[in-house]
Amino acid sequence: MTDDQTPFLDIRNAQKSYGDLEVLKDISLQVQRGQIVAIIGPSGSGKSTLLRAINDLDPLTGGEVWLEDMQINKKLPHRQYEKHINQVRQNIGMVFQHFNLFPHLSVRGNVTLAPKMLKGLSDAECDKLAEEQLDKVGMLDRIDYYPSQLSGGQKQRVAIARALAMKPKVMLFDEATSALDPELVEEVNLVMKKLAEEHMTMVIVTHEMGFAEAVCDRVLFMDQGVVVEEGPPSKMFRNPDNERTQNFLKKHLANANR
Amino acid sequence: MGLDFTVVPGYLDIILLGVVWTIAITLGAAILSFFGGIFFAVIALYGPWFVRLPFRAFEWLFMGTPLLLQLFLIYFGLVQIGIDLPAFVAGVIGLGLHFAVYNSELIQTAIIAVDRGQMEAARTLGLSRGQALRKVVVPQAVRDVIPPIGNNMIALLKDSALVSVIGVSELTLSAQRAIGNTYRPFEFYVVAAAFYYVINLGMEWVLRRIERRVQAAR
Repeated sequence: MTDDQTPFLDIRNAQKSYGDLEVLKDISLQVQRGQIVAIIGPSGSGKSTLLRAINDLDPLTGGEVWLEDMQINKKLPHRQYEKHINQVRQNIGMVFQHFNLFPHLSVRGNVTLAPKMLKGLSDAECDKLAEEQLDKVGMLDRIDYYPSQLSGGQKQRVAIARALAMKPKVMLFDEATSALDPELVEEVNLVMKKLAEEHMTMVIVTHEMGFAEAVCDRVLFMDQGVVVEEGPPSKMFRNPDNERTQNFLKKHLANANR
Repeated sequence: MGLDFTVVPGYLDIILLGVVWTIAITLGAAILSFFGGIFFAVIALYGPWFVRLPFRAFEWLFMGTPLLLQLFLIYFGLVQIGIDLPAFVAGVIGLGLHFAVYNSELIQTAIIAVDRGQMEAARTLGLSRGQALRKVVVPQAVRDVIPPIGNNMIALLKDSALVSVIGVSELTLSAQRAIGNTYRPFEFYVVAAAFYYVINLGMEWVLRRIERRVQAAR
């Protein structure tokens, strides 16, 4: 039995500072199962840092991150912590701005590396898994290509398949389309929409306001390490309450229309 | 006394045996220097301090002193502390470790140069640091330095002549033995040089093939 009111992913009072510089100032965020949350905001606002805190790539200096009934960033002795976090990360897929595909491995190798090493799948199971996931992102016909032979959009779709191959409970997208040529953005957005239709829980840091509005259940606007405003996309993009949100969106739209 | 190459065929069996030993010692030392280089590079970058520090000293010993002296030390010196190695083994170890240190320098630089995102992506999938190094970072680093490692291997082939001084009957010593019998240094040194050149060509061919294979996955 799942209680829909218990958050699936729960960030409690997240704080992060580098010396005197506070990047995250007491941020809390609850994401329900199947929910899709977009984080928008100017660069340097802390949105990527918050996302990277979820799987502890950038550890918080204060606060807690929970996935279901497990604390992700719990305090443990180094060795135990490493074991714990490696286990946890298998449940959290992440997609990066610059794809970070492994250039020395084929598309198949990229998708199956982690499942083979961590779940002990046989070669046949790995092949099946790779075909399944690559089919989902429309890259099955490139299964034996190397990353250098793919376009940016294709690389990002493979990166999504690689993350999905671990059957994660949550997917994190860190400006997944920011490094792409404009004409390649759509193919990645389509894959993400498909995931949304399958009710994958997602946290998306993005500059694609149109996409965020179309796909997300909730939008957070961050600036200078705080959540300035949050709400459903219709409200956030049509008539936000906060002046900073209004200014940001105004500037952003002006740039987008240029 | 003019040149007379007609004496050469009579010693061809000795010379060819020398070629075989030279290839064997080069191959053994090359393999040791390759895997040793990877091992040393990982230790130098990621080992705990009590491993890193002695390694630095070891590295200095092998980079800062003549290879000839290292071979003497391994073959003649170690006997005194009860380690009596056959000349061939001492030669492979000496040459192998010497070039492992040079390869390690190359590989360390290459590991540092691998994009941080690679380690991050691997860790994000749930791989441990060690697994990520082994499967993602190190293979890319090694791939990036295959050409300079190849150069080191050519140098290794030429330096293998030094193991003649500890009595391995490789190509140079074989030529010297033939010269001892015939007093014809020019002829046999030229023949030995020709064989080194041929081995060198073979090695370059192999290295080019490896480079091309590796190039595909870029």
